[in-house]
Amino acid sequence: MRRFILEGLIGRALTETAPGPDAEALEQIAASLSARARKRLGRSLAIRQVDAGSCNGCELEINALSNPYYDLERFGLHFVASPRHADVLMVTGPVTRNMAEALQRTYNAMPAPKWVITVGDCALDGGCFAGSYAITGGVSDVVPVDIHVPGCPPEPVKLLSALCAMIAGN
Amino acid sequence: MSRPPKLLWTRSRDFRALPFQVSDVPPAGWTALGTLLAEGKITLLGLWAEAPGVAMALYDPATRRVAVTRVRSRRGAVPSIGASHPPAQRLERAAADLTGLRFENAPDPRPWLDHGRWDIAHPLAGGAPHPGQPPYAFLPVKGESLHQVPVGPVHAGTIEPGHFRFTAQGETVVRLEERLGYVHKGIERLMQGADLARGAELAGRVSGDSTVAYAWAFAQAAEAALEIEVPARAFFLRGIMAELERLANHLGDFGAICNDAAFAMMLAQASVLREEVLRAARDCFGHRFMRDRIVPGGVTADLSAEGASRLRALLDRIRDRFPVLVDLYDNTASLLDRTVGTGWLSPTLAGQFGAGGFVGRASGRDYDTRRDLRYAPYDMVQVEVAGRKEGDVNARVWIRIKEVEHSLGLITQMLNTLPAGPILAEPVSLGETRSGLGLVEGFRGDILAWLSLDADGRIARCHMRDPSWFQWPLLEAVIEGNIIADFPLCNKSFNCSYSGHDL
Repeated sequence: MRRFILEGLIGRALTETAPGPDAEALEQIAASLSARARKRLGRSLAIRQVDAGSCNGCELEINALSNPYYDLERFGLHFVASPRHADVLMVTGPVTRNMAEALQRTYNAMPAPKWVITVGDCALDGGCFAGSYAITGGVSDVVPVDIHVPGCPPEPVKLLSALCAMIAGN
Repeated sequence: MSRPPKLLWTRSRDFRALPFQVSDVPPAGWTALGTLLAEGKITLLGLWAEAPGVAMALYDPATRRVAVTRVRSRRGAVPSIGASHPPAQRLERAAADLTGLRFENAPDPRPWLDHGRWDIAHPLAGGAPHPGQPPYAFLPVKGESLHQVPVGPVHAGTIEPGHFRFTAQGETVVRLEERLGYVHKGIERLMQGADLARGAELAGRVSGDSTVAYAWAFAQAAEAALEIEVPARAFFLRGIMAELERLANHLGDFGAICNDAAFAMMLAQASVLREEVLRAARDCFGHRFMRDRIVPGGVTADLSAEGASRLRALLDRIRDRFPVLVDLYDNTASLLDRTVGTGWLSPTLAGQFGAGGFVGRASGRDYDTRRDLRYAPYDMVQVEVAGRKEGDVNARVWIRIKEVEHSLGLITQMLNTLPAGPILAEPVSLGETRSGLGLVEGFRGDILAWLSLDADGRIARCHMRDPSWFQWPLLEAVIEGNIIADFPLCNKSFNCSYSGHDL
């Protein structure tokens, strides 16, 4: 145990320099954030993540954002357990019909102002699951979407970049 | 009682190279097989609907052979295996939802994957408009001072959705009932009529954390069905990718289990190692999870000399770093206090359900597809299988620790003996209907892929069975008598796939 504490004190941090904000995401967020909302939220955002039918690949990369290399919390971004505490809803998956109501209810439970960020190709339009009887066809069919991060799954640095754009636009 | 029917039992080296010969049995023989399963003489590997009836894959541990058997439905019904052998129950409920088949004398006729929200009912049988469904009937609860805690489908963390209904007396859980199916995407229907490339794409997206293992199982089934000769180098590259996937998952879960016992530092340390595995995978194979790298016929990404030294450096780094973490785990009394004796799975249940992976191996079930139903390249390297008997969270953690060490050794062996040559053979359709079986040891356990191809080489039926099918029910048993606060710990020590199960 002592070894780890010592390493933490004197060693070099693993955390990497933040990527620049994603230009496309910045444009998307600028369009959806009003000046008033920016003032109210400051530079801290609470994120509630919902898996609406993903293969769990996106969840793995979202979880990776909390590892020491990416260290999401240094930007004032953190994941919260309840939608009541969240500013941002992060959704993955093609929205299965069996999850659509749960997603809608989670969104409804969030206080305004609120934003929705979708992660992964299938969250956009169903991706490789498009056309299935069991999916609705994409997150925007169920809740309004502000930013989309493409990829299958998007690498953590892409996610970080999109989230940085969110703060920059904030 | 009727005698069990004679089945065609196939050795691993035969079914991995050739189309699978299915044994058709009459309903009485089917029921007799249920009895044989209940007696524990053979193990259920999978059960799925396939016209004109229901098929079942079986494993005989004594001879290490596999059989696939099929019974025709009569007036839309087949005898229930679940009536005598509980591990088949959820598989039968799923098959009933997807096809409308009835399982005679099934002990639990409730729907499973169908939550009454699809436009169509019985999607694998044409799909008539859905007539709607009454609310799901959870098991009734009777008794003094019991209360219920419903959890999910949306959970507190960044994890997959599913519903858990706890019945507790004070803090102690007296029953957990799971309700799954929330991430059902209709993959089996999407597979129908697809070509092999599309099938491989979908197979790699059944469960993201096991994308390599799934793509491999699917490729194995296709290669056996079409008798494709895969280049030797491709086998080794598949092996390296699969062990990297195992490493990444075991390292991540080792940290996450400790984190669920509030030992957050281990999560930080282990997630660094996990991240380094994923970065090496991206540098060597072009994708952090190595998705879409395994296809029928071989692999699509070759390993360069620089890639090989990159991997050796990664292995050295983990060999240097991981033992320190293991030492910390083993010498932190407050952590062991949470894991030792918690979430006990009896060897009897593990055997009955044919629990795969670390869940089975931590409860005395000595089975590993890589050793017992060998496939290349594991027939050309030394495979060690970890085993313990305690069956608690600590035992499952230790199996994972041992498997990290074994995977490091396997990757080294494969790098040392990596043959040169091509990495891909083009699959060619043979102009007739054929079936193949794939069985691969993913990090979670054995993944089964059953593939039937039509004369044009298109997919007539593809069924993929995640190890979680036989582990989820055991989690219900394991939590009994534990406190609710230990559920995350028990759950993470199993880490079942929701997506792999719901399909």
